[in-house]
This record gives sequence, C-alpha cells and structure tokens, in this order.
Amino acid sequence: MDSMTIIAVASIVIAGITTGFGTMGPALAEGRAVATALTSLAQQPDASTTITRTLFVGLAMIESTAIYCFVVSMILIFANPFWNHAIAQAAGK
Amino acid sequence: MHLSPDEVILWQHGFLKLNLTIASTWGLMLLLAAGSMLITRNLSTGLERTRWQNLLEIVVTGIGKQIEDVGLREPGKYLGFLGTLFLFVATASLCTIIPGYEPPTGSLSTTAALALCVFVAVPLYGIGKQGAGEYLRSYARPTVLMLPFNIISELSRTLALAVRLFGNMMSGAMIIAILLSITPFVFPIVMTALGLLTGMVQAYIFSILAAVYIAAAIQVRESRPKPAQPGEA
Repeated sequence: MDSMTIIAVASIVIAGITTGFGTMGPALAEGRAVATALTSLAQQPDASTTITRTLFVGLAMIESTAIYCFVVSMILIFANPFWNHAIAQAAGK
Repeated sequence: MHLSPDEVILWQHGFLKLNLTIASTWGLMLLLAAGSMLITRNLSTGLERTRWQNLLEIVVTGIGKQIEDVGLREPGKYLGFLGTLFLFVATASLCTIIPGYEPPTGSLSTTAALALCVFVAVPLYGIGKQGAGEYLRSYARPTVLMLPFNIISELSRTLALAVRLFGNMMSGAMIIAILLSITPFVFPIVMTALGLLTGMVQAYIFSILAAVYIAAAIQVRESRPKPAQPGEA
C-alpha cells in the first residue's frame, strides 16, 4: 500500500469511529437530562418555563460535544489536511 | 458537495475573492438594517400602530426580558450587542427556506468572528463595570493558582462558541445535501424543518451564553449568591 491508500483508509475508518463513539456519550447524557427534566416538570408544572429554558441550554451544551466529533469526521472526509499534503507531495515529484 | 459556503466563489480578481459567505453576510446585514430602518421611520406612541412596529416591539422587549432573566440588571446597556448577535444568527438560519441560500454561519470564519466579538466584549463590559484593576484581579480569584485555568477557560469557551455554531449549521446543510442524494422526495423537507428549529435554538444558545459570560464578568464582586429558587433544582 502506498501512503495515499493508507491515509485514505485511516481517515475513513477513524471518521466512522469518531462519530460512532462520540455520539454515544452525548446520547446517554441527553437521555438523562431529558428524563430528569420531565420528572421535575411533572413535579412542578409551574416552573415549566425555567426548566424548559435550562433544559434547552443544557441540551445544546451536551450536544456540542457530539457536534465536535462530527466536525472532526467531516474534516477527515472532506477537507483532510494530510490527504492534501500527500497530493501536493505527489504532484511535486 | 462542499464543507462551507467559503468554497463557492462568486467573483475573483487577483487575490480578492468574493465568496458566498461574504455575499450572504452583507445581504443579511442589508436586510436587517434596511428592514428596521423602514419600520422605525414613522413610529407611533398611540394605541394605533402598524403590525411591523408591533413585531419589532415584541422582538426587542422579548430579548430584553431574556437578558434580564440571565441576571443582567440593566438590559438596555447590553441589548445592542446581544440583540444583534441573536438577530443575525436567527435570521441567518431562518433564511435557509430561500432556495440557493446558504447560511453564512455555516462557515467557520463567520462564527469565529462572532465568537471573537464576545471574547472582546466580555472584558470590555467587565472593565466598564468594575474598573480595570478590579476586573484583572478577578482572574486570580479565589487563589493565584487559578490564574492559568481562568485564562484557558476564557480561550476555550470562545473556541467552543465558534465550533458549536459552525458544527450545528454545517451539519444541517450537510445532512440535507446527503438526504437529497439518497431519498430526494420527503425527508429533506422534514430535515429542513428540523434545521429551522435547530437554528433558532442555536441563536438563542449563542446569545444566552454571551449574556451569561458578560453577567459573570460584571458580577464577580457582588456580595453573596442569591438563594436558590425552588423551581430551579
């Protein structure tokens, strides 16, 4: 295998693993957050505006960790710096 | 398929490039500025008012109330900055219903610029409220050991603000593009609707986080924390 193939294989595999594993934690965390928020909504419906606002902010903060993984895998697939470097090397030869 | 609207170049002359990000940013700025100028040209204080004035009043008082809820006592002082952030990000994602438009917030350069505005504005408000010496001393609180961590947190939350907004907007556009090539009939519409919701939530998050950071910068010395309200646990 030449270096291009190795880079391509590594990037694609790692991109999949990154998104797969990176969404696991946030999924569990979001489930817990929503479950707790529903419990407190059932206990105190009067405080629904505060709970909902805090829930949305918290969900977005949790979700951003999954988004970071997504960004990394998108960069690996569509804008891979190593791939571009290898292409430049090959073109310069 | 492209990662961001930066890669769509509309016009190029030498090293000067006009890409879709810049074009749509200026278009949005024009839309927001011209729209509010047209509406505020003849305001009325009586009971009779136009529906556009009503809309703007709802938006402005709503943003002011949200800012006040975060803990900033005088929302008028921060309304200009935080309101602009919210309106820009919200309009940028709402306009995705226009065909051929790509949100400028789907480019890392736009979101980095917005996050840098927050990065600069937070110390400015902090210094304006409690003076330069007192503000800088707040970095070394509770002990001097915390100084590097406070500085790192300042930098990392700027990075997080930028990447969060970019990732959400970019992923929305990317998912729609992928779905268009797989199931081009109904699902892209559903995802576009979801994207509108995500865009509004992200606009809200971005401005609320900026408000929280400003509130933290100006309230460091305020005596004791409020007792926890019963609904917030």
